[in-house]
Amino acid sequence: MVDNLQLNPEGKLKHFLTIEGLNRNLLTEILDIAESFIGMTDQQIKKVPLLRGKTIVNLFFENSTRTRTTFELAAKRLSADVLSMSMSTSSTSKGESLLDTIRNLEAMFVDMFVVRHGISGAAHFIAQHTAPHISVINAGDGQHAHPTQAMLDMFTIRQIKQDFSTLRVAIIGDILHSRVARSEIQALNMLGAAEVRVIAPKTLLPAHVENLGVSVSHNLTAGLEDIDVIIMLRLQKERMSSALLPSESEYFKCFGLTEDKLKIAKPDAIVMHPGPINRGVEIDSRVADGPQSVVLKQVSNGIAIRMAIMAMAMQKKGTI
Amino acid sequence: MLEIDVLLDKLEADIKHIIIERQLINPLMIGIRTGGVWIAEIMHQRLNINEPLGLLDISFYRDDFSQIGVHPNVKPSQLPTHMEGRDIILIDDVFYTGRTIRAALNEIFDYGRPNQVVLAVLIERDGRQIPLCPDCAGARIMLNADQRIKLTGPDSLAIYLQTMDTAA
Repeated sequence: MVDNLQLNPEGKLKHFLTIEGLNRNLLTEILDIAESFIGMTDQQIKKVPLLRGKTIVNLFFENSTRTRTTFELAAKRLSADVLSMSMSTSSTSKGESLLDTIRNLEAMFVDMFVVRHGISGAAHFIAQHTAPHISVINAGDGQHAHPTQAMLDMFTIRQIKQDFSTLRVAIIGDILHSRVARSEIQALNMLGAAEVRVIAPKTLLPAHVENLGVSVSHNLTAGLEDIDVIIMLRLQKERMSSALLPSESEYFKCFGLTEDKLKIAKPDAIVMHPGPINRGVEIDSRVADGPQSVVLKQVSNGIAIRMAIMAMAMQKKGTI
Repeated sequence: MLEIDVLLDKLEADIKHIIIERQLINPLMIGIRTGGVWIAEIMHQRLNINEPLGLLDISFYRDDFSQIGVHPNVKPSQLPTHMEGRDIILIDDVFYTGRTIRAALNEIFDYGRPNQVVLAVLIERDGRQIPLCPDCAGARIMLNADQRIKLTGPDSLAIYLQTMDTAA
């Protein structure tokens, strides 16, 4: 199972594939370690020597700006050597299988794969088949999980709100196609948030969504009552195989976050978005750029959280 | 044998002496977490240094990371942003192998190039593994290989010897 694969026999992180199967202590440890990387920006030389001599390969089978660059920066700040491969220009496009690609990279003595793939379970598959000394970090797989995004959001929430136990968090929008939402829900529940509320039209919610440990609302105005943290999701048009919505403008009218609707939430509520933002589709520009938005803070925190996860996954390498 | 007050008095005198001898100008005092910070807080107060004490956490600079990993209690270092050209008094509780100091110097130099760094420790014991040594010490002692010095604090600092269980 995934959960056992992620931890070594001592319960330390070996791969980071999904929030599922981890525990509150481990998540808190990730947040604490990331916290100490935040201060590093004061250094003239923004590097620590933790992963000196290690080679990290970013395998991105799907496009990405923020995730890939922050993973790359995080690895560089840990002094690792980084190779960022865009798979659309690699031999995969000539028909090489995923395992052959992995075997070839292993033969170049790499230590870690950071994987983004359009198919759910891809990172898990690589973790199962790669050499035992290699760690695999999931940078987003299909509609399954995006655990580093969830952790950077947990970090941002904790930074501003401190305590999870009193927080009511709304996740709004395309839950159905969102790997971010799945990982966020698991992380929020594991860290003991008072309530996780999903707000979306029925067509953009997975079946039996309540079983994930959330309350459900189909109405943005009613759903925003008492909310401390708002996580907006991007409408993932590229993953929609059939018409789930009448139109983008109709969606914005019902589920788009505007300044007026934001007033329904608690006055000190924060607005988050994993990016990329569809302005005028799920969120109004005045909210995205407004005083309650922490979108760019999320991006900065992404570096620290990815540093923490990579450093933790690489510890104890000599003993395995 | 290890009277904390006697050690602190000797260390204070040594630091005062080296400030004059090495002509340290407006020195910045930095304590290494955790025990070094406790000692540094006392020295900082006794020497009437106005500038806030710098705090150094060397977890990310240790040379045994691949064996022991990141300590979950790691805290951010708190150092002034301008370390360039400064005279620094670096303080730790016990000097043993020298590896902590190597890591500390590496981290300090990542904040900028200091003018001088002097090292002051409460106790220097034998067992050096790299060519570094303290400039000031409250005491210099010889111990058996299985003995460790343990400092408890920060309220009512106390120091005692532990014998490691080597049978495990």
